[in-house]
Amino acid sequence: MQPTTHAFPENARKALSDERLQKVLAIAPAGFVNRRKQAADRLPEFEALRDQGRDLKNHVLANLDTYLEAFESKVTEQGGHVHWCRTDQEARDAILGICRKVGAKTVTKGKSMISEEIGINDYLESNGLTPIETDLGEYIIQLRREPPSHIIAPAFHLSKADVEGTFRQAHTDLPADRVLDEPKVLIAEARQVLRRKFQQADVGITGANIMVAETGSTVIVTNEGNGDLTQTLPRVHVVIATIDKVVPTLEDAALVLRLLARSATGQEASAYTTFSTGPRRPGDLDGPEEFHVVLLDNGRSALLGTEFQDVLRCIRCGACMNHCPVYGSVGGHAYGWVYPGPIGSVMQPALLGVKEAGHLPNASTFCGRCEAVCPMRIPLPKMMRHWREKEFEQNLQPAAMRRGLALWGWFARRPALYHAATRMAVRALGALGRGKGRFASLPLAQGWTQHRDMPAPEGKTFQQMWAEKKLAEKKGKR
Amino acid sequence: MADTRPAPKVGLFVTCLVDVYRPTVGFAAVKLLEDAGCTVEVPASQTCCGQPAFNAGDRATARDLARSTIAAFEGFDHVVVPSGSCAGQIRKHYPELLADDPAWAARARHLSARTHELVSFLTDVLGVTDTGARYDGTITYHDSCSGLRELGIKEQPRRLLAKVEGLTLNELPGAEVCCGFGGTFCVKYPDISNRMVEAKTADIKETKADTLLAGDMGCLLNMAGKLKREGSAIRVRHVAEVLAGVTDTPPIGEKA
Repeated sequence: MQPTTHAFPENARKALSDERLQKVLAIAPAGFVNRRKQAADRLPEFEALRDQGRDLKNHVLANLDTYLEAFESKVTEQGGHVHWCRTDQEARDAILGICRKVGAKTVTKGKSMISEEIGINDYLESNGLTPIETDLGEYIIQLRREPPSHIIAPAFHLSKADVEGTFRQAHTDLPADRVLDEPKVLIAEARQVLRRKFQQADVGITGANIMVAETGSTVIVTNEGNGDLTQTLPRVHVVIATIDKVVPTLEDAALVLRLLARSATGQEASAYTTFSTGPRRPGDLDGPEEFHVVLLDNGRSALLGTEFQDVLRCIRCGACMNHCPVYGSVGGHAYGWVYPGPIGSVMQPALLGVKEAGHLPNASTFCGRCEAVCPMRIPLPKMMRHWREKEFEQNLQPAAMRRGLALWGWFARRPALYHAATRMAVRALGALGRGKGRFASLPLAQGWTQHRDMPAPEGKTFQQMWAEKKLAEKKGKR
Repeated sequence: MADTRPAPKVGLFVTCLVDVYRPTVGFAAVKLLEDAGCTVEVPASQTCCGQPAFNAGDRATARDLARSTIAAFEGFDHVVVPSGSCAGQIRKHYPELLADDPAWAARARHLSARTHELVSFLTDVLGVTDTGARYDGTITYHDSCSGLRELGIKEQPRRLLAKVEGLTLNELPGAEVCCGFGGTFCVKYPDISNRMVEAKTADIKETKADTLLAGDMGCLLNMAGKLKREGSAIRVRHVAEVLAGVTDTPPIGEKA
């Protein structure tokens, strides 16, 4: 996927004038917000669990090599294979290699953000394979050839009517006069179509919400059961995951799961939580013959030991974007690449560079709601600020803003001059604005007055009035 | 027995926006503090807390301004700020900004520990339960993000407003959602900021309140500017004005 993150302001404008999208955004996030809150309120130890989650991940990140190697040796012991991949290209090649080796034609896929990050679908397609998304949301956007707009709800930007239209266009073998007016019916149709695909697949690719070092297991959570069919029906199961997903023990996995479901969808547990441990053993009734874990770094290890390390605690619940007023205004596609919302505003500069993704950490009011709900207590605003520092160091911010701030900083360091300058400015503006109490337009403030009036200052600065008051008191005493 | 403790010596950090836009808020703050038994001084060597530079990624300027603010406010028992945002900058971010500066780290922590947002200082430190004010009107209250999430200010203004005679509070749905100001955000991304403030003013109008209050001038200028642009008659004031009973100046964005 070619990023359009550099064009964030234009993307945002487009999103803001898209009435269909705005209708969806006006309703959809509130459901996530309310359900998460209810789930958190129902669990007295929820806040304590967040502390534990943060501490767990910090421990893992400090000992990442140990746990990854432990995980690998368990997987290998059980007859599976771990493929260490430094880059997205290495991961694509590893997956294509596995598919080629078994002569695969059709590949089913569970939902995986990492597969979006490495663009595996396009790659497999261009190499003659047919990848089929089996998560309902992913399936819908695959039919529409769109990227996901949310990390747990890929078709977040679509309405029921949009999905109906997509299905009518794609499922031409079904009767044209069928009724498709309810989510239930739409889901049933997708199931019916996908069931056939599951049986054709030679390879099933899933992501992993967690990797467990002590057992060599990978864990996925879904609400549709599609992941289970993706990983048990084909002959080969490929797990694609990044290095930050490992935890030491099954107990640790349970902790992450308790936080994940509640933060993501407000469920106590997702409908399906599936542990995969190696390929089918002798005597097992089902399961894949081969089990591969494609373990991807793609820039993450470079964040270790930096001011961005904490972002690797992320468990991809999506709570940050559900609570983000900027995401709620423009939706996920405006972010221009795989990860939208506050987590994207921190991750995308790391993965794409600040030149491409520099807008994202700036497009935040630092309202702090993301950090307030993050189950892993990732200080997202602080990290966005760190990206702004990188941009400042590299002179990447707009020249007008830099000059304005530099001038202001010069005055603010010189109190006497600062107070003299503000006094003059306020007197002038106060006199101009006295008639109405506000300005409908002001030179140099179009960004503000384009959408709102600028209240006029009262006419004197507080410092000036305070000095006058103190002087009068002194005279009065004399 | 009369209280013989010396009056707490408070330094008022005025904030840029109060200094420039609305001195009324500064005088309301002084009145509230003096009524509660404090002596108040306003150091003339203060300018800005440095948050605009800090949030623009300019740490050098932010650190310079932090150091001069620290120097300006040494010698006070408490430093009080009529803004959650600027108070948050001093309390939460100064110690972090200067953590690796051996000459200033301890002084930053010392200022941080003595600095309070105005309303929470009245309730939590001074134990004020009633400011004795009167305001005839129905108000709604917007929780500014920094005060709410950095400093945990939520109940404090409501407790004091509940004691204001003649005042009815209609809670604002989505009171904890950002108004879209965000410092330079509102001019860097005007379209997104506009979408956010539009949603906010729609919620405000929904409450049927005749007055909107909040504790931060940035948010207030943003919301007042939008309400006025939309032709709304809703009056907008800083919460300190109502709590101090200083409501003779025109509301924000209204003519005298």
